[in-house]
Amino acid sequence: MPELTKRERMKMDRTVMPMRSATERATDFDEVNSGYDTEMAMLEASRCLECKRPVCVDGCPVGIRIRDFIVLVAVGDTSGAATIILEDNALPAVCGRVCPQESQCEEACVLGKKGRPIAIGHLERFVADEERKRGLRHAASVTPPTGKSVAVIGSGPAGLACAGDLIQMGHSVTVFEALHELGGVLAYGIPEFRLPKEIVRSEISGLADQGVVFETDVLIGSGTTLADLMSEEGFDSVFVGTGAGLPRFPGIQGEDLIGVLSANEFLTRVNLMTANLSDSQTPVYDVAGRPVVVIGGGNTAVDAARVALRLGAQPVTMLYRRSEEEMPARDEEIEHARQEGVKIRLLVAPVVFDGDDGWLSSVTIQEMELGEPDDQGRARPVPIDGAFETIPTDVAIVAIGNSPNPVLIRSTPDLATTPWGTVETDSETGATSIPGVFAGGDIATGGATVILALAAGRKAATAIDQWMR
Amino acid sequence: MRKAEGAALCKLHLVTPRFTIHETIEVGPDIARIVVDAPRVARHARAGQFVIIRPLDDSERIPLTICGADPDKGTITLVVQAIGGTTTETNAMEAGEAFSDILGPLGLPTEIEEFGTCVVVAGGVGVAIVLPVAKALAEAGNRVIGIVGARDDDHLILVDEMTDVCDEVLLATEDGSAGTRGFVTDVLEKVMGAHDVDRVLTAGPIPMMRAVGELTRPHGTPTIASLNPIMVDGTGMCGGCRVTVGGETLFACIDGPEFDAHAVDFVSLQKRNEAYHTFEACRLRDAREELDA
Repeated sequence: MPELTKRERMKMDRTVMPMRSATERATDFDEVNSGYDTEMAMLEASRCLECKRPVCVDGCPVGIRIRDFIVLVAVGDTSGAATIILEDNALPAVCGRVCPQESQCEEACVLGKKGRPIAIGHLERFVADEERKRGLRHAASVTPPTGKSVAVIGSGPAGLACAGDLIQMGHSVTVFEALHELGGVLAYGIPEFRLPKEIVRSEISGLADQGVVFETDVLIGSGTTLADLMSEEGFDSVFVGTGAGLPRFPGIQGEDLIGVLSANEFLTRVNLMTANLSDSQTPVYDVAGRPVVVIGGGNTAVDAARVALRLGAQPVTMLYRRSEEEMPARDEEIEHARQEGVKIRLLVAPVVFDGDDGWLSSVTIQEMELGEPDDQGRARPVPIDGAFETIPTDVAIVAIGNSPNPVLIRSTPDLATTPWGTVETDSETGATSIPGVFAGGDIATGGATVILALAAGRKAATAIDQWMR
Repeated sequence: MRKAEGAALCKLHLVTPRFTIHETIEVGPDIARIVVDAPRVARHARAGQFVIIRPLDDSERIPLTICGADPDKGTITLVVQAIGGTTTETNAMEAGEAFSDILGPLGLPTEIEEFGTCVVVAGGVGVAIVLPVAKALAEAGNRVIGIVGARDDDHLILVDEMTDVCDEVLLATEDGSAGTRGFVTDVLEKVMGAHDVDRVLTAGPIPMMRAVGELTRPHGTPTIASLNPIMVDGTGMCGGCRVTVGGETLFACIDGPEFDAHAVDFVSLQKRNEAYHTFEACRLRDAREELDA
């Protein structure tokens, strides 16, 4: 491709991500986006202005050298691009799919001023997928072994990122996971059509190839404690990345009815236990042709709604108590959900679940209006007197957030916590109140994103390395 | 044995031990006592706690009480009644085969103190739950009276083991083939009349636990029930096992499984356990057909 002038590059349109049609994808669990081919990737990469000071990197929580990898994609050197990305991110195929690029790297992109930022996420995904297809593996650590060992509790994004960096530093790393499958929220939470499990497994086996040891079926804090890891089991340091795994319920009448369940339960049954398959041994409510409501406006709520739709539910209605502007879900996901037929009711909140012989039959909602901003600056929803409505529904999926999982905290009395129940950490290092114990991800921040958890895991890895030396 | 597609991909069992079955003995109709390797669980298990198992690589996750643990041998004992597809598959497995997963010990252990006179009341396979509790209570210096009930003599299990740890064991069967003809509550009523009972612990069918709670309520005797709601992960993550206790929503997996029997909403629990009855009936039929074939 001939060298383009800066002006020419700025005129080019963003290369559209190929996507399966809404009618086709709404009936199965295959991936929505099908990914760039080489030509598309090179074309998109050729738009990069190759800024002297790449501000996109400032927008990336893990500081991937974005400009440098894009320049290589533009000339067709995908392997070189992969090497650069892997320096800072052990899970590029995951992050290329689920990161909110629009509010991070792409928001910072200079081309974004014209509304057409370079598609960094799509390119990251392209590079990672190409590498996987070619069967290339992450190199084993070349650092001489330090003789130090770290226990990583939880195999979600924070733990995996931490393990990935520590193994490269020459430490021995064991990751403990409570469930039978690795990946934390990547395995049980994010649905197949947004993040195929094969990709998660592949990126995790990349870590195993580098020498990270994984032990499933261990819930640290119930039985084996954090203290046991540091005494009996001889680990020099511990990273706590146990996530925000305790679903909140609205605390309204009727939430014990059959048909009311947390998004965690619904998604776990389908994603982790494959209840959508006809030969699955784990059941999920049969929603085919039946109405389903989802309460909440985050990514988990959108995921749950789209899974319900794929199980044949009709109609699927999301109920969110603020306006669309305040919805925490990614814009792309909201748009995809709408295209597929998910209805979104804004400024409504459930007030009571009504049942018939123990089974949910309807939910009564109340209209809300936006009031004064809360402490986080988001407009507070205020109920409108007398504005009630009853919606018939068989299933109500609750996706209003998670509290920190208390199992490890309860069994570790020395571990200081915040008033919100999260683990108190130094925001720079992840250090906790116990020497040698570090924490990061949702257990420290409350519910956030995959990439922020990765960033926290990496920061902690650096701090753990320094602490052990 | 069935093997899930892609099972090799989803497992990186680099250090997780194999949960090999040492022995499986039929102790009653469709009831097996299984001794299985689970060193981490065996090392830490305390009375009242449970495990989640997946017998096969594509099985659902099911909670089972830890009936016994041998930290030296690294084994635990489970008692399983084949009432559904997964439990039927579990009981069909033989010594030398291995479960796919065992996670535990889960839940809070039973509160053990020197209370005085304690009565443990079990119905059906609930005796597997109360046996380690009775043992721990006896070791803490309590006088322990065991009441074990079942449909008939055939379904009475672990009576010798209960006799070993309790000061006295009383039996009840619905058909009178062993012990008192009637329910465990008939026996409990007599015991409450004859002794100053300081604490009651109960495990078994929901209507039985509810009846035990109703019986002891007027006496003001602290009564603890070990609940068995539907559960998926067992770690607090899904909330499927939530129960209403004194008007509060609690999770049986991390706040229980034992709760104040006078405060539990048993009607709601009973109803919620019916959520997947149709599915479970189909699975049980399929599992039996598969085993027969």
